[in-house]
Amino acid sequence: MAKVKIPDNKVQELKDICKSFNNDPGELINVLHQAQQLFGYLPAEVQEIVADEMNVSVAHVYGVVTFYSFFSMLPKGKHPISICMGTACYVRGAEKVLDEFKRRLDVKVGETTPDGKFSLSCLRCVGACGLAPVVTIGERVYGRVSPDDVKKILDEY
Amino acid sequence: MNLVKLTIDNKPVVVEQGTTILEAAKSIGIKIPSLCYMKMDDMNFENKPGGCRVCVVEVEGRRNLAPACKTECLEGMVVKTHTVRVINARRTVMELILSDHPAECLTCAKSGECELQDLAQNLGIREIHYTGEQSHYKGDRSPAIIREMDKCIMCRRCETACNEVQTVGVLSAVNRGFESVVAPAFEMDLDHSVCTYCGQCVAVCPTGALTERDYTWKVIEALVDPNKTVVVQTAPAVRAALGESFGMEPGTLVTGKMVAALRKLGFDYVFDTDFAADLTIMEEGTEFLDRLTRHLNGDKSVKLPILTSCCPGWVKFFEHQFPEMIDIPSTAKSPQQMFGAIAKSYFAKKLDKKREDLVVVSVMPCLAKKYECTREEFSVNGDADVNVSVTTRELAQLIRNANIDFASLTDEEFDQPLGESTGAGVIFGTTGGVIEAAVRSAYELHTGKHLEKVEFNELRGMEGSRKATVDFDGMKLNIGIAHGLGNARKLLEDVKSGKSDFHAIEIMACPGGCIGGGGQPYHHGNVDILKKRQRAIYEEDAGKPIRKSHENPFIQELYKEFLGKPLSDLSHELLHTHYFDRKKKVEIEE
Repeated sequence: MAKVKIPDNKVQELKDICKSFNNDPGELINVLHQAQQLFGYLPAEVQEIVADEMNVSVAHVYGVVTFYSFFSMLPKGKHPISICMGTACYVRGAEKVLDEFKRRLDVKVGETTPDGKFSLSCLRCVGACGLAPVVTIGERVYGRVSPDDVKKILDEY
Repeated sequence: MNLVKLTIDNKPVVVEQGTTILEAAKSIGIKIPSLCYMKMDDMNFENKPGGCRVCVVEVEGRRNLAPACKTECLEGMVVKTHTVRVINARRTVMELILSDHPAECLTCAKSGECELQDLAQNLGIREIHYTGEQSHYKGDRSPAIIREMDKCIMCRRCETACNEVQTVGVLSAVNRGFESVVAPAFEMDLDHSVCTYCGQCVAVCPTGALTERDYTWKVIEALVDPNKTVVVQTAPAVRAALGESFGMEPGTLVTGKMVAALRKLGFDYVFDTDFAADLTIMEEGTEFLDRLTRHLNGDKSVKLPILTSCCPGWVKFFEHQFPEMIDIPSTAKSPQQMFGAIAKSYFAKKLDKKREDLVVVSVMPCLAKKYECTREEFSVNGDADVNVSVTTRELAQLIRNANIDFASLTDEEFDQPLGESTGAGVIFGTTGGVIEAAVRSAYELHTGKHLEKVEFNELRGMEGSRKATVDFDGMKLNIGIAHGLGNARKLLEDVKSGKSDFHAIEIMACPGGCIGGGGQPYHHGNVDILKKRQRAIYEEDAGKPIRKSHENPFIQELYKEFLGKPLSDLSHELLHTHYFDRKKKVEIEE
């Protein structure tokens, strides 16, 4: 695991987040939510500071972080790609689209490309089932995506 | 107290409200099989996640089977523990667990002691009807503990031991679903974690997922090397438990047979860690009296209470968790390390040998001792003071390997000079023993008076945290005792916040002290076994002609011939140590 160094002022912000929840161990999930907003992800150092502030073990914090799929220990790419795996998208071939993204980017779901440009994740239904299968990149939505479109879409970035 | 009446397998039973079906059944001689469940009164250990579902029973009027370990008895309940439905469900559960368990029983370190194996046998599982994916996790070999999580059944006992009882907080369930595993933070190796190697996770693990690092082969290699003189030392708690490995009643003292067996194994000198325990008392006791006297004379630079430092699990615990207090524990090394240092200096000189020609083996009830002897400060030019540390269980293995019929051995005596010990050295093996031994000597050295009654019953017992006041000829000494690191933490928090007025505190990492160590024969959750071992330790003490450390003639000789006096320069060099701040610092930029 690469060592991430957190700047001083961010450490203070993180500690303030913990404090805003009275350092109550019962509020761990809420603290982690806000911490992830602050850093974009939850690197080991962030978890260690949170554990220290909330007076719980680092193992416990790590257990919570790895249990909930919302939390991530990897930084998101510059352009986060999400593939909808909701029922409508799935039956219209979302998995094949996903496989093509994985093949082209050479990453697994939840990972980020080594250059930090793209990260890949799945989600359930963006409410645009008429456009199934749906892919979102950042704020942009792509509809009726086929595996053949993947290269073209990636080339836009 | 409200009572409830119910029937279990047609037998009426009356229990207190809040009693579980499992406990109620046990009280009338019905042993409902269980796996994840483990409860040890007095030890603050209760693990009942209700996760394995092996203990399910049928409760009349309920649609689903109920887990007996988590279901409380209610008035009029009708419980059946072995209907066809129950037996089938239990077998299905068991087969599903086994379908994701490596079938390596023949070569598994836990074979014969494995609760999963026993259960499969008791339930008569002869075939596993389910095949599917098997979980595979990264292995982890620390100097003391081996984690093979493929063998884990997610009972969570180790988490309870690590987090609730010991409050060390190394282990947690991480990830989700089929991927989930009990692991340290970031799935790092134990070696890089705050693990104290107390081994209580190993002591409660039902399977071979957590075991000790086995060094028996290193011992055999040393024994067959013609160029090495192999010296063995045995910790006090070993003699009170080793017999269990050979089918003897818990609490059977096997000191003489143990010595005979070690001699048969081929050790050149069979010595006793109890001798080093007496030596510890000389050093630690003198240090305590020195600190106490200076403190009473108003020297503000001297801190009290003094904390004992014999237990390497406890030492690593405070180095990680209370680094701001590393100046209050005694600087005295543990008996294991004192023994090693003396064996490789004083005794090597007596033999006219170089220290490298000696191999010092220790037999310990402990896993942390395996780690302790690898600490850099306990070696000279790369040669460790104690070369190999094996557990009580490993010694039993060595004895079996050598085709020795342990039960029929005739008692033998330890060799001299490092085999002579007093009753005070023996009681190091139980909670309360170190401080009682220290008080016996400190009393006489401080007051100059003869101590008539050497038993200090106020210091004895099994409660996790105890306080007592000892009268030192008019001066009242407040003494604290904690066993189990969770209890130690509480005492230490009080010291830190200035709430306590102790002069001295004894701490042992394992519940019960060394008798309950992570390297002892498995107790399978039976606290009575620990109590019997404790009685055996006090029995050994009572039978000793000399019961105060400073009266040990070989200790007196050691000081006269070699060390000079307690806390002398040479004593400091060989018998004292220093501690490290192991609190992990977060790297901050700028």
